[in-house]
Amino acid sequence: MYSSTVMDHFRSPRNVGDLPDADGVGNAGNPISGNTIALYLRIADGTVTDAKFRTFGCAASIAASSMVTEWLIGRTTEQAAAIENKTIADALGGLPPTKMHCSAMAADGVRTAIEDYRNRQDANPKDEYEAGKRQSY
Amino acid sequence: MASIYLDHNATTPVRPEVYDAMEPFFRVRFGNASSIHRYGQEARSAVEEARSRVAGLVNARPSEIYFTSGGTESDNLALKGIAYTRRAFGRHIITTNIEHSAVLNSCGFLEREGFEVTYLPVDEYGRIDPGQVADALTDHTILISIMHANNEIGTVQPVGEIGRIARDNGVCFHTDAVQSAGKLPVDVEAMHADLLSLSGHKIYGPKGVGAIYIRNGVEIEPTAHGGHHENDVRSGTENTVGIVGLGKAAELAAEEREREFRNLSEMRDALEARIRFEIDGVRINGHPERRLPGTLNVSFSGAEGDSLIMSLDLAGIAVSTGSACTSGAIEPSHVLLALGRDPRTALGSVRFSFGHDNTMEDVDYVMSRLPGIVSRLREVSAAQVPG
Repeated sequence: MYSSTVMDHFRSPRNVGDLPDADGVGNAGNPISGNTIALYLRIADGTVTDAKFRTFGCAASIAASSMVTEWLIGRTTEQAAAIENKTIADALGGLPPTKMHCSAMAADGVRTAIEDYRNRQDANPKDEYEAGKRQSY
Repeated sequence: MASIYLDHNATTPVRPEVYDAMEPFFRVRFGNASSIHRYGQEARSAVEEARSRVAGLVNARPSEIYFTSGGTESDNLALKGIAYTRRAFGRHIITTNIEHSAVLNSCGFLEREGFEVTYLPVDEYGRIDPGQVADALTDHTILISIMHANNEIGTVQPVGEIGRIARDNGVCFHTDAVQSAGKLPVDVEAMHADLLSLSGHKIYGPKGVGAIYIRNGVEIEPTAHGGHHENDVRSGTENTVGIVGLGKAAELAAEEREREFRNLSEMRDALEARIRFEIDGVRINGHPERRLPGTLNVSFSGAEGDSLIMSLDLAGIAVSTGSACTSGAIEPSHVLLALGRDPRTALGSVRFSFGHDNTMEDVDYVMSRLPGIVSRLREVSAAQVPG
């Protein structure tokens, strides 16, 4: 049912945990009746330097969360914000059709975390690179 | 690697005795039970012997047992068969909100056909109070369909009292005994049942064969029309191989039921006690006493069911969430929601179901792996365990 990559990330998830001083936090999923992800990002010079997650969910959700943290580290905020769930599913060697929503949840987590980061920057710019770029818009 | 099967409510392996009984009917005794020659006679006598065995398991007369393709077909035949035969007398059906999908979806179909269905809610243990059934009766009620024991949580319904109410009010009573046959006493007289569903593969018989008990004198409209087999209730050439297997499985189930009940209860109770003692944040689903002997349904807070099952499978332990028939769906179990569990708790539930070949060593092995698996998944989800 699951690819060997999914099983590998499920058995040994990467980057489980949280970042107390995260620059952006993304929560996605359905906390009342379904799977949820909390994604924590550290960002410097417009680039994700660290990512951690906590996920309540099925094997595919945990694998997608783990995979997305690996994918994120080293990406720019623009790249991260443009993530599609297919990117995650492909990186996992594919997901069964009934489990595609798990990769969508991870992608939602990324977009929400980047949005949170940008809101924080707008309110209190600490990252001059990002702030400078925004002013040029 | 360990290989421990704890999913007997989903299906059971064919017992060697059952396999041996079936084997000649594939190639040597292959006749059509409706043929007049000796091949046919041989098949006919095997089918009729199996009918007696199945009748014996549920205290019915052989003439009241009809062979089908399994529990789903028996449930469909009971609900649609009675609905179509009795619709001139009324269009109201009473059932519960924790039935197997074969009953619930047959009811849904009948609702679209203009029937009215009352889905009685269960209490926190999954029990129906017979008073609820009495209160739901109307002048138009034609059928009550309430399962004997639930497949997901094992809760046993007071079918005898419910059947009494049905009989006193001239309403047909059907019970789905797919999970209880061979584990609990199943007696159509004590239950006052007019119809009862059985399945072969839940009692160490083959898949693709089941039976329905229909009390003498109760008429039903068939769902498959054809060559008048099975007294015109279920047309189609008899599945002799499967029927012989079901007959042998029924014979063994009747002989061994009391011993099985003790063994299954002992293993289940041991696992339940150790889970309660060794793992925090657990909740047992189902009735503490009125429950199938081998069934244990547990919610682990902060750990999701599918992840638990995958992890246990990697450790060589086969279990399931709720019903195998609904795996793949994302929704929490309708049975656990009916008990009043919140959806998140319902998603974190696992069903262990013991069977004939399990031993106490299996309980030990499960407990050597389960606590670590639960705490690892809680670490991933960062769940705070209450208490």
